[in-house]
Formats: sequence, C-alpha cells, structure tokens
Amino acid sequence: MSYQRYCLICRSSKCNKFSNSIGENFKEILKEKELKESVKVVFTECFGLCNKGPIVKIMPDNTVYTGVMPMDVREIVEKHLIKGEKIERLIHQENKPKQIKIVLRNCGFIDPENIEEYIEKDGYMALAKVLKMSRTDLINEIKLSGLRGRGGGGFPTGLKWEYAYNAKGDEKYVVCNADEGDPGAFMDRSVLEGDPHSVIEGMAICGYAIGAKKGLVYIRAEYPLAVKRLAKAINDAREYGFLGNNILGTDFSFDIEIKYGAGAFVCGEETALIKSMEGERGEPTSKPPFPAEAGYWGKPTNVNNVETLANIPVIINKGANWFNKIGTEKSKGTKVFALAGKINNVGLIEVPMGITLREIIFDIGGGIKDGKKFKAVQTGGPSGGCLTEKDLDTPIDYDTLLTKGSMMGSGGMIVMDEDDCMVAVAKFYLEFTVDESCGKCTPCRVGNKRLYEMLEKVTSGKASMEDLEKIKLLSNVIKDTALCGLGQTAPNPVLSTITNFWDEYLAHVRNKKCPSGQCKELITYTINKDKCVGCTACLRVCPVYAISGKVREPHVIDQEKCIKCGACYTTCKFNAIEKK
Amino acid sequence: MEKCKLVIDGKEIEVEKGTTILEAAKRLNIKIPTLCHLDLHDIKMVNKAASCRVCVVEIEGRKNLAPSCATPVSDGMVVKTNSIRALNARKVVLELLLSDHPKECLTCAKSGECELQNLAEEFAIRKIDFEGEMSEYRKDYSPSIIRDMDKCVMCRRCETMCNEVQTVGVLSAINRGFDSVVATFFEKNLEDTTCTYCGQCVAVCPTGALTEVDYSWDVITAISNPEKIVIVQTAPAIRAALGEEFGLEPGTPVTGKMVAALRKLGFDYIFDTDFAADLTIVEEASEFLDRLNRYLNGDKSVRLPILTSCCPAWVKFFEHHFPELIDIPSTAKSPQQMFGAIAKSYFAEILNVPREKIVVVSVMPCLAKKYEAKREEFKVNGNPDVDISITTRELARLIKQANIDFLALPDEDFDRPLGESTGAGVIFGVTGGVIEAAVRTAYEFYTGKELRDVEFRQLRSDEGIRTAFVNFGGFELNIGIAYDLGNARKLLEEIKTGKSTYHAIEIMACPGGCIGGGGQPYHHGNLDIIRARARAIYHEDRHKEIRKSHKNPYIIELYEKYLGKPLGEKSHKLLHTHYFKKVLY
Repeated sequence: MSYQRYCLICRSSKCNKFSNSIGENFKEILKEKELKESVKVVFTECFGLCNKGPIVKIMPDNTVYTGVMPMDVREIVEKHLIKGEKIERLIHQENKPKQIKIVLRNCGFIDPENIEEYIEKDGYMALAKVLKMSRTDLINEIKLSGLRGRGGGGFPTGLKWEYAYNAKGDEKYVVCNADEGDPGAFMDRSVLEGDPHSVIEGMAICGYAIGAKKGLVYIRAEYPLAVKRLAKAINDAREYGFLGNNILGTDFSFDIEIKYGAGAFVCGEETALIKSMEGERGEPTSKPPFPAEAGYWGKPTNVNNVETLANIPVIINKGANWFNKIGTEKSKGTKVFALAGKINNVGLIEVPMGITLREIIFDIGGGIKDGKKFKAVQTGGPSGGCLTEKDLDTPIDYDTLLTKGSMMGSGGMIVMDEDDCMVAVAKFYLEFTVDESCGKCTPCRVGNKRLYEMLEKVTSGKASMEDLEKIKLLSNVIKDTALCGLGQTAPNPVLSTITNFWDEYLAHVRNKKCPSGQCKELITYTINKDKCVGCTACLRVCPVYAISGKVREPHVIDQEKCIKCGACYTTCKFNAIEKK
Repeated sequence: MEKCKLVIDGKEIEVEKGTTILEAAKRLNIKIPTLCHLDLHDIKMVNKAASCRVCVVEIEGRKNLAPSCATPVSDGMVVKTNSIRALNARKVVLELLLSDHPKECLTCAKSGECELQNLAEEFAIRKIDFEGEMSEYRKDYSPSIIRDMDKCVMCRRCETMCNEVQTVGVLSAINRGFDSVVATFFEKNLEDTTCTYCGQCVAVCPTGALTEVDYSWDVITAISNPEKIVIVQTAPAIRAALGEEFGLEPGTPVTGKMVAALRKLGFDYIFDTDFAADLTIVEEASEFLDRLNRYLNGDKSVRLPILTSCCPAWVKFFEHHFPELIDIPSTAKSPQQMFGAIAKSYFAEILNVPREKIVVVSVMPCLAKKYEAKREEFKVNGNPDVDISITTRELARLIKQANIDFLALPDEDFDRPLGESTGAGVIFGVTGGVIEAAVRTAYEFYTGKELRDVEFRQLRSDEGIRTAFVNFGGFELNIGIAYDLGNARKLLEEIKTGKSTYHAIEIMACPGGCIGGGGQPYHHGNLDIIRARARAIYHEDRHKEIRKSHKNPYIIELYEKYLGKPLGEKSHKLLHTHYFKKVLY
C-alpha cells in the first residue's frame, strides 16, 4: 500500500505539547474525509524550528506549517490535502539553504518504524554494496571520505576501523555509542528515533570492515522511544535479512544487541562505556590499551557514535569523493548541532563543516532573541569553551574550534546574549562535570570540585586576585593530569571564559559586581524614591517581607532580609526598582 | 621479546615491550613516587587503577602528563620524571588529596606507616592551597576492621584485593564524583556482609582508611587487674615478624626476646599457640585418617578431601560461599581456639581456679582471629575461650608503651605446660605448613613406621595454588595447597563439580600464609619480606628438637591426664566445632 501524502507531526521538545491532539485530529478528519488510505500521519523528530512549533510538514509537497494548533488541522486537510491550496498564514517562509542533510536525511521524511520506507530511500544499498568490496577497500573508502568521529574527539573514523581490523582477536565488536549526555543536546536521540536503520546499516558495514560478528548499541534507558524504535528496527532488519547469519547470501554474519546505560555522562567515554556494558561501574581506564586492541571483554572493539555511523551508508552510496568535497580541508561532511539558548530558531540543524558561526546564529538561527546583543556561544558542551564576537566569521571545524580553546564536541551549541554572566556560565558547566565525574582520579574528583568552589567564591564576591591565579593554575593541572576526556576537558569552560571575558572575572573580584546582573549575591535591589508611587505591589509580592512602606509613599527594601529573588523588580510597573 | 629503547631523565635504557615507565625508571634507579599503584607479583595482584595521578611524568610529544604506573614504554620515548611541570602537577595533586583528608595524623592508627603522610612530607607540603568541602562518611566498626572512609584516597587497592585476589567481593566504589566512596553492598556495615576479616584490605591500604580494631588497652587493663590470671598465647607467625617493628631485618626470628617482652609486660603465663597447633595436628590427622580409612573401605557417607580449618577468614568464606560443603572441612578448632578451650579447662583445673578468673590473650598475625574469638560457639556461659586477640602490630605498640628496650632483651623460654611445642607447630605459620605438620603425624599413624626425614619439600613453595604427592608407604596421598581465597575458591569449585582428586587440602587466606596476615607489620608492597619470614619459620622448625606434633611430651601428657584419646568424647567437646550456613547477602 502506498500513500500519496504524509503528514509529519513533530513530537519533539516544544511541539510535544500539542502533537498528540494534532495527530488525533488528523486521524479523525482523514477518516471523515475517507483519506485514511491515501494520507499517512507520522510522528517525527525535531525540524529545528522549536520556537515556531508545533510543526507539521506535508510531504512530498515539502510544505512546513508552523504554529499549528489542533484546531488548524481541519483547514489543513480540507484546503491543502483536498484542494491543494497552501495555508498562507501557517506556512513557514524561510528555507534553510545553508543546511545540508546527510545524517538527518531521512529524519522527518520517513516513518522510522517502517523498514520499507527506509529501503525506498536507498536503505541497505550501501550494505549490499560493501559486501561485494574487500574489507581493505572499504576501510580505504572511509579513510578517503575524511569522516571524523562525531562524538567529540574527531578521531579519523577510517583509521579507527583500520586499527580494529588489524587487531588480532578471535572475536571483535562494533559498539554504537548512543550515550548522548551533553546538556541540551539531542542529535543522536533524533537520529535513532527518526532513522534507526541508518545506524544499524552503519554498524553492519563497520562490522564487515573490521571483521566483527556482533554489534552493541549502548543507549541510555531514558531514551525510551529511541530504544523502542531501535529495537523494532533491529528486528525488522533481521527479518529482512540485513542482520543475522549470511547477510544477503554472503558469508558475513552480524547481529546487534542493545545495552542499556543508566544515564551517566562519563559512560559516553569509550572505556567507561565498555566497563558499563560489562556490568561494572562506569569508570574510564587508562589508554593504552585502546578499545581497538582490548575493548569489550578484552576483545578488539570499535566504538563509534550514532552520528558517525549514520554518515556511513551515504558515504558508501554516494562515494567518498562526493563526501570529501563537503566541508573544510581536514573536516569533511556535515555536523548536526542542537542549537539552543538566546536564539530565535532553536532546534536541530545540520550544516556543512566550515560554515561560520555568523551563518549559524544569524542566518539559520534567526539572530538573538529580543534583539539583544550576541555575547558568546558555547560549543562542545561541558568539555568545550566559548567563542565570541571575534570568532563569528571563523569557519567551524574540528581544528579551528580547538585553536579557539573550544571543541566540536558532540554538537551542543548554546548561544548567550549580553544578559549572560560568563563566570556563571563557566560555573554552570563545571557543576555539570562535577556532578557527572565518576570519582576515579584525584584531579577530577577533588580538583574539579575545588575549582567549582573557587568559582562560587567569585560569583559570590568572596574571591581574591590570588584565587583567580589559583583557578588558572588548578585548571591547567587538571587538564594535564586527569585520567579521561571528561576530567581533562572539564576546566575548558573556565579557561576559555577567563581568556575571553577576563574583565568579567575582575569585576566580580575587584568590584564585587556582576556586570550582567546574574550573580544573585552581587546584586542589590533598591527602590528609587522619585519613581516609587507607593502602589504596594512590590511589598505584596516580596516572599520574605523585606519591603516596607505606606500606601502612596516611597517603599524601602531591607537589604538584610532581601533574598534577591527579583520578584519586586519584575512586578514594579514604574521602573522604580533598581538592580545593581 | 620485543624491546623498546627509551630515555628517562637523560638516561637511555632498553626494556621489554609492555614494561611500564615506572618499572623502566626503577631499573635506572629513578624512583617515581606512587600512591595508588601496588604490584604484588607473588599473588598476581596489580592495582592498575592509575587513579591518584601522583606518578605523572612528562613525555615528549604527548599533550598531557602520563601516569607512569600505567603507561607502557614505546620505542624512542623521551620521559622526564622530574621536570617542573611534572613536579608542579604532583604537588597540586597531593594538595588536592590532602584537601579532602582529615588532618588527624597525630591520632591516626596509620601515622608513621601512612603512604600519603610520607608523600606530604617528601613534597614539603606546608599549606594546602585548595581547601574546601570535606567528604564525610560514617565510621564502620566491625569486630576486626574499622573503616574510616574520610581517610580514603580512592586508590582502590582494597577493592582489587577483596574482589580480584580474595574473590570475597565485599568492597566496591559507589556514588559519583566527590561523593564516591568505597562501600559495601547496600552500604551495610562490614559486620553484616560476607567480609571474612582476612585483613588484606588493611594490609594494602596506603592510609588510615582501613585499620584494625585495637584491643591493646584491654590487655593492659586485664594485666593490671589483680583478680585475673592473664595468660598469653602467641601464634607461630609473630616470632618471624615482630622484630621488624623494632628495626630488625625481616626474617629475624625473635622468639626468645618476644617471650621476655611478654613476661616484662606482666602476663602471668607466657604460652605458645604452637602447643595448640600440635594439638590441632593430633586431632586433625586422626580425623583425616579416620575419614580416609572409611573412604578407602568404601563408606559412601564419607566425603574427601578433608580441608584444614585453622584459618578463620577461610572458615567464614566457605560458610558464606560454599554452604553446601560445610561437612568437608575438618571439625578441629583452630589452634587459637583449642588453646583457649584447654587453658580454661585443663589448665584452670591445674591452677584450681574457675574459668572466669582466667583471661586468655592471643597475639595473632591476623584480624580475623579477633572475630573468631568472638564467635558464639567458642563461649561457655558467655565466657569466651579467648578473651582478647591482638595483632603483631598491637603487641609491638604495647612493648613500646611499657618502655621495654626490645633489642636489649635476653632470650627467654615459654612457660610449661602450654608453652612447649614442636617444629610441626611452628610451621603452621606458613603456607603448606599445616599440611606438612599433619603429614608428619599422619604418616606415622597410618604406616606405624617412624618418619626419618620430616621435611616435605614438595609441600613448600610460594606458589598460590599447588599440588603435591606424599607416599604413605605405598599409598599415594594427593594434597592440594592454596593461599588467598581466590585460589581457595578454585579448589572448592573443583570439589563442588566433583572434579577434585585431592585427599586433603590446606587453605590459608593470606599471601604466603599467616606470615602475610593482615595483622603483621606492613609490607608496603614488598613481598620479599614475607618470604624472609617464611625462612625464619623453617629455621625455627629445623632447630627444634622434636618436630612431630604427636611427640610433644606435654601433648602426650594432656591426652593421658585429661583428654583421653584423639577424637574421644572430651576431645570432641573441647577441640572440635561445627560450621554454619551463612547467607551471601
């Protein structure tokens, strides 16, 4: 049965609130109009337009409707689906020519739970193709494509495969790292929910390349839909003969098992991931030995993340020479980012390597919210650093980001505006790594904790210049001595904000002021006598009774009692409350 | 073997591929400081957590510092172990460790033996730049071991020892980040776990996080009580190690001085656990031969091999892990408990005093003995056969507290009758010793012939698990020997699956036997010390006039006057015990 049209309803992030009722309405009205057989309703993942949601996309018309409410569904069915007229007031005008969809090629275009739709989109063609290739040719093709690991480090994928291929072992494993943990990032979840077969195909191809019979997907249990769809996809692939024994009539056999993680950030580190899969405490181990030599149960193991693997079938289908024309000299292809923060268009984007931050933030992202001034963007999540105004025109790739004191990371991208305090931002990320540290090595367990405590001193105005020196010293020693990537990169947000926003640190330390007014302990709320009309609104809203005054007389704030919650500030209609 | 050439601190060296930088540096007499690292080759224990980061070194071309304990050398590597970058990092790491460590050195049981304290001293750390919140965890007191996790540096040696070597599996890290702590299953108290109290975690802990429960003041109180007759018994392994606490070379036997010191401390009778070891052998050998004869005569109700049962950690281990096999070990009590039982019955009768008037103190190389002494089945009307059990380390402290110049002491001899022992009793302290002692007696009991050469070399070795054959006048006795509980587990699994062909198995929980016990002077990773102690033990044995337990005249007298015969009614009541099925969790 083939459908003439597809209604894709985003169920991600903000859209999720209405997606069910939109879907219900569609089903009801389609039934009423007897269109059930020709139009299919599919729930999909992020379109990268979260703030304009809920989003509905009609395929193959390629029409995106934004701000769709359940009551709009009838109009869409009656006008668009029946009469072929587009609904102007809902239509999404902007297209995004700057984006190239390789990884997200099928996300939102196919029903992820239907293997046939994946097959229609050239699915499993790449697997069929590689099974006729020699293993070394396949590895060379991946090397030639210039694909680098999308999980954060950017290690050349082909080289990694080659190590695992060369490693001696009676058994080898392919591991898909789906332990996405960066705050605010959901690239891998979207791929697994929107196009699970692309990952399965990528794993099977890798299995063939390195000589593995078994693949494991390490996925956090808090991604239930991804788990469900992946599990179904694995079963379907098995049924269709893309997994299991003698795949496509060859002597290659490969199967995939799902391993559940409990959501520890550190388990995204490959050695910790392997420990966790073995049932042990998720702690990184010293490298060497690398997983390629001794990984899962001591056997040669190749670990790639979801996004990396989703690239593989396309590279095979379209050729390494197609792929390596996209991107920069040393970073090929595209990168999926989860754009978030003070930006107009938040959501997932897929852009070619080498795109500038300016293009991402202002063209794709639609600029800064509320017309505020751009201040910085954090890439690489808690392991990365911030980039500023001066970096806006730098082409983004693995290497430039490193030289700028940040890193590609797995694809979190959080935009900050003039209201953000950069010390507080550094503290936020460090708090995350302190929470997520496994506690194994001293520099991370104790060092990052001490670093966090010193940043707390800064944001509460208790730090001295000597403390700032200590922060730098300690940051550098942690980078130099911590056992795994998590610990080594934890001080990056601190070091990069120190480099780029030293003035803000100084203001906190010398003047005991937070220039952005974000650090509660350093803010003072006062009432401007001349502006206050004595309406008592602030007095009534203050949760700690810190404000006093008679009706129609200027009020005052008792600084001893004030907890700096800002309730008075947002309540006052006369701008009489001043925040310093 | 492939070789690698590298340069460390300007000196060139060629080593086998796979060698760590730390190891290669050691060969150049460059001693890189370590804390978490521990390599006990003999018991195949390597703690390779590389977690403390004290041993970091600079490698040319590498972007960060490398832990020398876990980084294998590679060809052409250029290493600097003492560059300012490495030194600075090391110092900061130490400060970080100290910033989360109670500064209680003055009152810490590990003071003077603490590896963290030594490093702080070496690195001249006078103030800590990174003070902050301190970890807090409840102290856990068990009969033998105190866990004070606030002093833990997360080196994880205890975990490696407990899980990998002993396969007891009680300790494991829980929680994350700063809240990480080595804890037990569901954070139960040690007492409520399967902990065997072998004390090997204490033996390897670099700080005061794991220490023994100190009963030395109870000893002083007992001695100073005029109402009490205080008897001391000392285990065979003590005399081989006590000297180390007074600066003597490891392996210097100090039996005579030890006896003199105990006398000076004011004990009323200085007796020897070796006497009880002889008694154990007579009972155990008889039990073994009884089982063997019945077995060979086709009695299906008899199970072999027989297992020794002198080691209380081992006893608790099989009670938890192999409850289905509790009818296999010998029912003979351990020497400590046999001694207590005899002291408070036979000897009480000689003195004509009630058992309650006697206080039995044991000096043991062992932490599990503290627990054993408290087991309910070793009490009569609530009065324990052994009142207080202290370790070699506690005895050394008692001697020092009493202002005794140990090295200047003359050699003195044990009191009679419970102080006389044979060479067979002495070798109880070393792996293979119990079974050798048993063989010396069993041979003569079985064959009825005199055994000329008492030294069974085939039973002696520092291998953790081994097999030996002894010819019993035509009958080939198949003997298994294991130390450390991981090896014991292997032999027990064989029994469980019916693959075991042994007639008798000796098991001790600690490396090298009791001489490597958890209550001995700290070896700080140098197991040569344990080997030296073994030599001291065999030296004692060789210089004993009587070397077979059943020839001990005081044992003979004990049977004649009091017990009747081995495995007799009275022996059974006083010298044998039974075991309990215990849960795993």
